[in-house]
Amino acid sequence: MTDPDGPSGTATAVPEPPEKAAGTRGRRRALRHPLARFLLRRVLIAVLLAWGITVVTFVLTNLVPGDPATANLGQRALGDPAIVAQWRQDHGLDKPLPQQYLIHLGGMLQGDLGVSQQSHRPVSQDLAETVPATLELAGAAIVVSLILGVAFGVVAALRRDRLPDHVLRVLSLIGISVPTFWLALVAFYVFFYRLQITPGSGRIDPGLQAPPPVTGLATVDSALAGQWDVFASAVGHLLTPALVLALYTIGLLTRFTRSAVLEVLGQDYVRAARAKGLPGRVILFRYVLRSALVPIITVAGLAFGSLLSGTVLVEAIFAWPGVGQYAYKSATTLDLPAVMGVGLVVGGVYLVINLIVDVLYGVIDPRVRLQ
Amino acid sequence: MLDITDLRVTIGGRDILGGVDLSLRQGQVHGLAGESGSGKTMTGLAVLGLLPHGARATGSIALEGRDLLGLRPKELNRVRGGEIAMVFQDPATSLHPMLTIGRQLTEHMRHHLGLGRSEARSRAVELLAKVRIPGPEEAFGRYPHQFSGGMRQRIAIAIALACSPKVLIADEPTTALDVTVQAGVLRLLRGLCDDLGLAVLLVTHDLGVMSAVADEVSVMKDGLVVESGPRGQVLRTPSHPYTRSLLDSLPEAHAVPGESGQQSAGDGETA
Ligand SMILES: Nc1ncnc2c1ncn2[C@@H]1O[C@H](COP(=O)(O)OP(=O)(O)OP(=O)(O)O)[C@@H](O)[C@H]1O
Ligand SMILES: [Mg+2]
Repeated sequence: MTDPDGPSGTATAVPEPPEKAAGTRGRRRALRHPLARFLLRRVLIAVLLAWGITVVTFVLTNLVPGDPATANLGQRALGDPAIVAQWRQDHGLDKPLPQQYLIHLGGMLQGDLGVSQQSHRPVSQDLAETVPATLELAGAAIVVSLILGVAFGVVAALRRDRLPDHVLRVLSLIGISVPTFWLALVAFYVFFYRLQITPGSGRIDPGLQAPPPVTGLATVDSALAGQWDVFASAVGHLLTPALVLALYTIGLLTRFTRSAVLEVLGQDYVRAARAKGLPGRVILFRYVLRSALVPIITVAGLAFGSLLSGTVLVEAIFAWPGVGQYAYKSATTLDLPAVMGVGLVVGGVYLVINLIVDVLYGVIDPRVRLQ
Repeated sequence: MLDITDLRVTIGGRDILGGVDLSLRQGQVHGLAGESGSGKTMTGLAVLGLLPHGARATGSIALEGRDLLGLRPKELNRVRGGEIAMVFQDPATSLHPMLTIGRQLTEHMRHHLGLGRSEARSRAVELLAKVRIPGPEEAFGRYPHQFSGGMRQRIAIAIALACSPKVLIADEPTTALDVTVQAGVLRLLRGLCDDLGLAVLLVTHDLGVMSAVADEVSVMKDGLVVESGPRGQVLRTPSHPYTRSLLDSLPEAHAVPGESGQQSAGDGETA
């Protein structure tokens, strides 16, 4: 949203005469394709931000009051200063902070995020098991909310002030105003306990053999292995939590898409396209949706951030073994290496979402790409 | 060619047009003047069936005998772009900013005329050359923001001409342009009209523009045509007091249009 290169900044860009554009383009031979140059710039910025995230998580984690030695050594050992000093030395905690950071960074580059004090396993291993579960849940919610939100918004705009519009207005209002955790509880209670039409907690039915891990996504792995009963179970388990998680974003995207489409429908170039006698679907997809996508993508990028924080609650209620639960457990037990690892993952996901949004701006709008 | 008789348009119970009569002839430019809000744009939009939401049109708009107001949406879509084309007031907003010039020039050709990709492309390049866009081959792949206002208006004209329409409605095609560029676009229109035998409805509130290119002139006020006739007659001996007041408000140089009649068509000029 605050990106100075975003569409709002370029919409009023001064038109550049073609002669001049051709001149500058000829000079920069190496990366001639404007989209390639645009992408490279975006990726470089993302790498820089990723480094920033490592600094921030490191500093924040070290600001937390509490001594890791106290958390890890027994009462007896803590009584002996020599043992404590030895332990600190073993874990590199006697060195100055900047040096500790470099060691931490070096380890991270090799995939070493330290050992969780909770599980006594490498944090990277814990994350490798929990991250795919969350990716599957959040990814499904994102895909569902994009498809439904945009489709509903378009229908509402095209049927403006008629029945479908009114119905969708009420539904999106509900989606936006109902808290996700409450919805998760109600959905779990009604559909699982009462009606028994949805499977219970977890990712697949307990009796089933988990598919060999390839991607870590239960649905994809079971399909790859051809275990269709497992696949059906995985989809069934995914459906309710993903929908619960998606509802807010669906409501939000419905509203934004509606207003974005209405705004574009009033543009001169849409009327000009009608005057050319193009079929309605061409006008909708080529002329209207393309322009409307720019504000939609902006909102979607922001909404997915809040969707991710929603996973913590949804995972807890549906006993979904993902990062959200892991983060909750490690935060409540002050498991610092794990918290730091989760911080990195979450920061990285935000980074990727922002990168995707930025790149999409450039792909959709030539004025962003050709500046 | 195109005969509009007793065209009435109401929007939400309000009368926008109160019985407009106009007729366009092949190879002639018909100028439509009138103050802001008199219904010039609405007349043009009514011809293409592009009136705003909730508008009702009655009367008759006959294109070579066929009444356009009675056409079904599918048939109307064939007329739009194919037989009647329109150029809009503001060249900055009437092209889609995210689609290439080539795309916007060829899509309706391919739809209406059933041309293949390469045929449409070569015809598009020809059209760009005809409206005097420098480097038409390169221009084909560029985006609207890479062109100046005058060039965009010519591109809009090229788009309108792409399917060889019989009627061209140009809604204030020069108002957004500065004076030197204006002259070029007007000469272009005049030349196309003479060369291709188009019937042109040139909407403008500028009587100076009118006197430069129009064969016939109509003047509108409050949704009615108050005066209509050959250019010389309307501009030199106006019968309606409103036309006279319009003429009086013009600077001296424009008030007496030249007797010479035909203008030199399509002189080159850069936008
Ligand atoms: N969408 C709309 N809904 C209702 N009334 C409208 C709408 N658009 C225009 N009008 C009204 O229709 C009348 C005619 O407008 P029109 O745009 O045809 O004027 P015009 O002669 O083209 O003026 P201008 O020279 O300013 O372009 C005006 O009184 C205007 O207020
Ligand atoms: Mg107008």
